[in-house]
Amino acid sequence: MRLKFTVNGRQAEADDVWEGESLLYVLRERLGLPGSKNACEQGECGSCTVRLDGVAACACLVAAGQVQDREVDTVEGLAGEDELDAVQRAFVDAGAVQCGFCTPGLLVAADDLLERCPSPSDSEIRESLAGNLCRCTGYEKIMDAVRLAADRRAEEARS
Amino acid sequence: MKPFDYQRATDTDTAVATVSRNPNARYLGGGTNLVDHMKLGVSSPELLVDVSRLSSDTVETLPDGGVRVGAAVRNSDLAAEPIIRQRYPVLAHALLAGASGQLRNLATTGGNLLQRTRCVYFQDVTTPCNKREPGTGCSALDGYTRYHAVLGSSEHCVATHPSDMAVALTALDAVVHTQGPSGPRSIPVADLHRLPGDEPDRDTVLEHGELITAVDLPALPMAARSNYRKVRDRASYAFALVSVAAAVDIAGDTIRDVRIAFGGLAHKPWRATLAENALRGAPATEATFRTAADAELAEARPLSDNEFKIPMARNTLTSVLRDLTQQEGS
Ligand SMILES: Cc1cc2nc3c(=O)[nH]c(=O)nc-3n(C[C@H](O)[C@H](O)[C@H](O)COP(=O)(O)OP(=O)(O)OC[C@H]3O[C@@H](n4cnc5c(N)ncnc54)[C@H](O)[C@@H]3O)c2cc1C
Ligand code: SF4
Ligand code: FES
Ligand code: FES
Repeated sequence: MRLKFTVNGRQAEADDVWEGESLLYVLRERLGLPGSKNACEQGECGSCTVRLDGVAACACLVAAGQVQDREVDTVEGLAGEDELDAVQRAFVDAGAVQCGFCTPGLLVAADDLLERCPSPSDSEIRESLAGNLCRCTGYEKIMDAVRLAADRRAEEARS
Repeated sequence: MKPFDYQRATDTDTAVATVSRNPNARYLGGGTNLVDHMKLGVSSPELLVDVSRLSSDTVETLPDGGVRVGAAVRNSDLAAEPIIRQRYPVLAHALLAGASGQLRNLATTGGNLLQRTRCVYFQDVTTPCNKREPGTGCSALDGYTRYHAVLGSSEHCVATHPSDMAVALTALDAVVHTQGPSGPRSIPVADLHRLPGDEPDRDTVLEHGELITAVDLPALPMAARSNYRKVRDRASYAFALVSVAAAVDIAGDTIRDVRIAFGGLAHKPWRATLAENALRGAPATEATFRTAADAELAEARPLSDNEFKIPMARNTLTSVLRDLTQQEGS
């Protein structure tokens, strides 16, 4: 099939796509967007998290055929032209990145959370990020990063 | 994964006809269970008919005060629906207790009901499993059974049904509407799933090609006072060891009416009618709750690794009933 959908606000097209391949494969192997990571391919780890029509989803379990004419936002769409997004900066500054494999999925999940809920409680952060596993188990720093990102976004909104 | 064809369904009749005439065709909802099984080799359909954008994705109030949930409504949208949160809190809680945000955003109401067991042997194609390959034997019988059934199992299969949502729907007397090769029909959710008996490969009473189109919740005013509690090995994002969905109608200190279903105990969501009968008309006391739980669990038979489930089910039911009956009138 010829797959057409919107990625990070731009129209994307790929030819000879098998409807059954995953959205994750399309992003990484056909569109050159390797930010979304491929770890478990079973919906368990969240490292492939993207937004599909605005809501967080595991790209590894979405079939390419299901994406036709829809909107996908990946971690590559977070940063501006030449500066990182507040969530990305917070992850760096809080030391929440170790091997970095879970980071892209967490960034998308955290961005999604902060959009729905700009000042989340700790239990809201934990519950929202429950679908993202970090094999380096740096969860405390990840919590710090999300709190920091929430504070900075609130500041940016005020100024 | 084996190659397969994919079609996006545009109308119900064609979708039902297409899947019904091809024994190797399957419907595709959010794909969070089926696509996973295709990768694991547990399922190898030739044709997927995508119904995730076909059936209604709306939640509407019915003239009799009930609520109709379209089969394509996403788990996260259903949990957030104000009418569900206010009138059927047990359902909203059960949905939010399942999977993760990224999965609930994809999972559909129809697909959630028909998700298959998480028995590790069922998911591992290198081991014998009567559900996956009838007649090969059940690896769980001599295997690891922490997550397996204590009620209603057979010598052929001791798996449990994994859905949290289905447990709440069972307690609520919800009804599933389907469209099949022989026309439409309505099935109470409590009768949708089967016990394994000697056909463990059949999870439900649905025929091949039968499409779930909607789920109706009855008006049931007592559901406003309802809750879902799930006990699991970690605080979030794990399947139930035991879960309880319950709703009560209480007058003074007397239980006028009650609805209870257990998850994690059987091959289907377990409607606890014996416990309900013991509770109707009885005083709302700790002693009555325990007697009722014992009545339901008298037939429970543990496996090597899951004896703990019986006291856990009793304690969970008791604590859910305690909280619901002590709650201020709603
Ligand atoms: C890591 C992980 C953790 C999870 N944790 C939990 C948990 O804690 N609790 C819980 O309850 N669930 C849990 N789940 C399971 C999840 O809830 C289900 O995978 C999901 O609800 C299935 O819905 P779906 O729309 O994606 O179904 P699909 O995968 O699309 O389909 C499932 C089955 O239903 C059939 N089907 C789909 N729609 C219809 C229809 N309209 N009519 C007839 N047949 C249909 C398909 O053919 C298939 O056989 C978890 C899943 C994963 C991957
Ligand atoms: S319990 Fe059922 S699903 Fe699990 S191995 Fe035995 S037959 Fe298969
Ligand atoms: S790669 Fe998709 S959830 Fe792990
Ligand atoms: S930083 Fe290594 S997996 Fe999370």
